[in-house]
Amino acid sequence: MSDRQDLTRRIRQVVGEHGHLPVDIATIDDDTDLFQAGMTSHASVNVMLGLESEFDVEFPDAMLKRSVFESIGAIRSALEQLQVVAA
Amino acid sequence: MTLAIERDQTFLAAIRRIADEVAAPNADDVDRNARFPVETIDALKAERALSALIPTELGGGGESLETVADACFELGRRCGASAMVFAMHQIQIAAIVRHLDGAPWFEAYLRDVAEGQRLVASVTSEIGTGGDLGRSIAAVTPVRDGIVSFEKQAPTVSYGSYADDLLTTLRRSPDAEPGDQVVALTSRDQHRLESTSTWDPLGMRGTCSPGYVVRAELPPVQILPTPFAQVATQSMVPISHILWSHLWLGIATDAFDRARSFVKAQAKGRPDQLPPTAVRLSQLMSELSLLRAEVRNGLREYVEADAEDRESLSTMASILRFNNLKIAASEQAPRVCQGAMSVCGIVGYKNDTPFSVGRHLRDTMSACLMVANDRIHQTNASLLLIAKEV
Repeated sequence: MSDRQDLTRRIRQVVGEHGHLPVDIATIDDDTDLFQAGMTSHASVNVMLGLESEFDVEFPDAMLKRSVFESIGAIRSALEQLQVVAA
Repeated sequence: MTLAIERDQTFLAAIRRIADEVAAPNADDVDRNARFPVETIDALKAERALSALIPTELGGGGESLETVADACFELGRRCGASAMVFAMHQIQIAAIVRHLDGAPWFEAYLRDVAEGQRLVASVTSEIGTGGDLGRSIAAVTPVRDGIVSFEKQAPTVSYGSYADDLLTTLRRSPDAEPGDQVVALTSRDQHRLESTSTWDPLGMRGTCSPGYVVRAELPPVQILPTPFAQVATQSMVPISHILWSHLWLGIATDAFDRARSFVKAQAKGRPDQLPPTAVRLSQLMSELSLLRAEVRNGLREYVEADAEDRESLSTMASILRFNNLKIAASEQAPRVCQGAMSVCGIVGYKNDTPFSVGRHLRDTMSACLMVANDRIHQTNASLLLIAKEV
């Protein structure tokens, strides 16, 4: 499994656990809009907290906005920008 | 003086004249009878003030947000309800101007607003959403070729019966999630309002805001292209908080001015002594300055952030900033009015003296429930868990 695949897998796990989506995370594509899929603003904060502890990072304020967390792919780009490498 | 500044000052002079000559003499009657401030709104239309925020190339006044905020303040000093109607209209216009994304229908619509000085109201709150504007139950529903419809149960629609057009938040489609919202613009000939409640509130009585069931049919082109989540965070919510807080500051400033006239009158009666209320007035001044500082700073920070990078308005730090403006101003404005009442004593409490501040106090008490502060605290509490610098 590539680093990128592993990163994606861990993101999916966090989103599945904290996103409170009305659908199974397995049915969500990497570019599905998570908010349109039913993630609430409150749940998105929990996803952010979950990601911070899973990857031991802190998202700077400029990244803390809806668009950065709107899809699995967007979250992966954000984490890659923070130079998170999959363990 | 540049042309833009000159234009803004001419506009503000006209607003001040309307506030003094039209809003002020009608304010008590509007309040007592809970009636729409028709004279003030007509005067504002005659000055083309309803298109102040529309760019000049679309036929509007091209005024800045700062100027419109000042106008809310000036109107608020003379009639809180008139100022609130004016502010709410400008919020809808600002949302359309900033998010029409080049849509030809909305450009043509803004020309119509400028041409006909159309008054726009909003239908954002909905029964069953627990006061969360970020969720809708009513949905854009296909009816037939090229026509969609909606039916929305609104607990309150400010000046709904007096508005030419309504801007309504809705779910994007019947199977969309509650948070997947759009805004639709409908005109009087496209929607029907069925009144569901009466209107006899404590304050802001002239806004005439009972509940309605709103039903409409419209072509989909009248749905704003930008998703409501973005319209709300970048424009509708912060601009609401800025314009509302400016008019609350206006009301509180007039309450303070009345208290000051009262103390002055007392001092004239006993020129050799400082009236006992004078120290209280001084304390009240510092309360008013706190309110003014927060309100003016909120506006300045918004304008700067917007000019630098509009996207930055979407950050949680920015959402917290402008939510806090609303909470702080909505709590401080009635505090100032109550302080003014305690300076004036019985003549402040009575409704028919030059020092009456009852209407001011009642009007500003609506501030904490226009989007309930508890609801905003709930949002902030969640955002504070993750935001860094606040």
